[in-house]
Amino acid sequence: MKFWRKPLDADKIKVPHGEIHIVRDRCKGCGFCVEYCPRDVLELSSEFNVKGYHPPYVKKPEECVHCGLCEMLCPDFAIWVTEKEVDKIES
Amino acid sequence: MKDAQVVKEAPIKEDHPMEKILRMDRIPHIWCSTCGIGTALTAFATALGKTDIPLDNICVVSGIGCSGRIAGYIKLDSFHSTHGRAIPFATGLKLGNPKLKLVVFSGDGDIAGIGGNHLIHAARRNMDLVVLCINNFIYAMTGGQAAATTPLTANTSTSPYGCYEQPFNLPHLAASCGAVYVARWTCLHVRRLAKSINEALNKKGFSFIEIIAPCSTIYARRNRLGDGLSLMKFYHDNSIIKHGADTRELDISYQKKIIVGKFVDIERPTFLDSMNEWYRKQFGEKYIEYGGPSD
Amino acid sequence: MKANSKNVLTGSHYLDGDHACAEGALAAGCNFVAGYPITPSTEVVERISERFPFVGGIFIQMEDELASMASLSGAAYAGAKAMTVTSGPGFSLMMENIGLAAMLEAPCVIINVQRGGPSTGLPTLPGQADMMQVRWGSHGDYEIIALSPNSPQECFEFTIKAFNLAEKYRVPTFVMTDECVGHMTEKVVIPPADQIELEPRRYTKLPPEEYLPFKPEKDLVPDMVRAGKGYRIHVTGLTHDEKGYPVMHWQTQEKLVRRLVEKIRLNSDKIIEFEEEQIDDAEVVLLSYGISSRVAIPAIQKARKEGIKVGVLRLIVVWPFPEKKVFELAKKVKAFVVPEMNYGQMVLEVERAAKGQAEVFLVPHGGGWVHDPEDIYKVIKEAVK
Repeated sequence: MKFWRKPLDADKIKVPHGEIHIVRDRCKGCGFCVEYCPRDVLELSSEFNVKGYHPPYVKKPEECVHCGLCEMLCPDFAIWVTEKEVDKIES
Repeated sequence: MKDAQVVKEAPIKEDHPMEKILRMDRIPHIWCSTCGIGTALTAFATALGKTDIPLDNICVVSGIGCSGRIAGYIKLDSFHSTHGRAIPFATGLKLGNPKLKLVVFSGDGDIAGIGGNHLIHAARRNMDLVVLCINNFIYAMTGGQAAATTPLTANTSTSPYGCYEQPFNLPHLAASCGAVYVARWTCLHVRRLAKSINEALNKKGFSFIEIIAPCSTIYARRNRLGDGLSLMKFYHDNSIIKHGADTRELDISYQKKIIVGKFVDIERPTFLDSMNEWYRKQFGEKYIEYGGPSD
Repeated sequence: MKANSKNVLTGSHYLDGDHACAEGALAAGCNFVAGYPITPSTEVVERISERFPFVGGIFIQMEDELASMASLSGAAYAGAKAMTVTSGPGFSLMMENIGLAAMLEAPCVIINVQRGGPSTGLPTLPGQADMMQVRWGSHGDYEIIALSPNSPQECFEFTIKAFNLAEKYRVPTFVMTDECVGHMTEKVVIPPADQIELEPRRYTKLPPEEYLPFKPEKDLVPDMVRAGKGYRIHVTGLTHDEKGYPVMHWQTQEKLVRRLVEKIRLNSDKIIEFEEEQIDDAEVVLLSYGISSRVAIPAIQKARKEGIKVGVLRLIVVWPFPEKKVFELAKKVKAFVVPEMNYGQMVLEVERAAKGQAEVFLVPHGGGWVHDPEDIYKVIKEAVK
């Protein structure tokens, strides 16, 4: 993210990042995760899983901020996020 | 579409954080794609992860229906009872062992339709239960019959020309019967729902949370509303959060605004507390309180 | 294990049948009663609600009989000894959840103080017309145990027996009294607690990883576990496998239903109990149960005075029915006389068990009053010809 000046609380702000895990064969292609990801990190792939649905794939892995909404919305327990490294804001 | 093919994936090294609370030998579950019940279950699992109550003491009782299948997937002491009788079954469990924390997790037809009588009496008595009522406005499991909560004009298999009966306003019903915690959330408000369930778990008395869930294969398809995702988008655009709203205004009309939030959060003595206090006051030492099973 | 002396009202009392049932439940260690008032069974729950606060039990008057019966299965799984009390119309309401208790193998006791039926019938007058309903009332294949007392003393004893049988076989057990016995006041002698034997609930000794909720032991009854112990069981009314998970296959259905039925049928020799009198040289056997067995006594005495060799077979455990005994007797005697306060219910079992080797005469009665012993005597005379 680009800033026009360094924010005054830059030392305290840490932007978390998450690593997304998808169990493709559990997914039922509902699209909740894709629709409600606040960073548009996910997109439905064109590939089929074993059930015949299109599971999501991580389109922009570096944009994920570990909000966990995909994990909480998924009705099939097919996607979850674990913590990756944390960004610090540098000027 | 480009060359679409089935792709094998590398084994996942970590488990889904909710797997500890699920009966993984029965996953994948039976619910349809875009069904909201799975999301209600994840909210419940999240709330369980944050509660201080030992999980061995929490029991889940379900009735019959799509929502009633929830008990089969939760890795707690879970009971799948008869249609409408989840609340008295849970009452028996609770009174048989007062240390247990009971969660009744069932559908709108089960709890408010056939089980309506038990709902109002358990609320009146302030039985220490948490009732999570998944409202998809229809009897989905059996093919889509009209429920007590089906909105006016909706199409169901027993009202194929549109429903002409007024539906229940469930939060109003629960609150007027004396529930101490009444809330309504949709499946989209996952975080708030999980927080609400957590509050209800930590509260003593009869808590009632209505969870509005999309039903894709039956309700949405019959009413030409798309699928569960379209219904979730509808909740996104049409739900209004109004904590403390008067429960009389919470009626749901067909595809109109839905008011969600926490409406009632009061304190009242529970059934067991009232009973024990009453007898203790009258008989003092002579009253022997039932402490639960002896082993 | 012995009864708890704090619960037992030892001594000689003048009680009516309903009150004696309540005392029997207390002596058996019952600590959860969910009931709904219905004449003529109300006195049982009235006494329970008076006594429970001083023995450490919970009584709740539920909103209807359906809730009462449903809560029994829950209470059984919570570790309580549960009972409910009803009469004809309430009994019909309980049927679905009796099936649930049979499917979940929840030990519980149901007291049915029978009254005149059908429908609202005669609320304050006796009947014995629920005898087939207790066996076949709920849908599907299952077996239950039913006892039939004929005096307040037996009401006390048989309620304890019912609790013991329920715990032993993990089956809903019924005490089929009637308004006459229920409202009859007689001397009831309650022994000291250390003379009352109770059957303890058989809890598993296996750890949670090895325990299977519906895996039967040698007697076809699985060991139980109660909620809250960390076993994380799942029980369902759907057809289930040994782990308790629902399985929608006919093979699982066959295995489960066969076991539910054989659990009682193959153990029936240990369960069946009856009383016989002057059977050895009898020409006619009077087979009865409940209040009708007492009403028949003057008829039998009159017949014997005239030299008719009348034996008596009184059923204590009505279901499972003592088929083998009746079959053996049928080979030796001319006829059975079955007085009952209905238009032919247990007599059908007698006919079935006799297999045509002896004649079977019914002395029916619509209910509302007891038989006239003259009518029974006339049929005995008829039978001996």
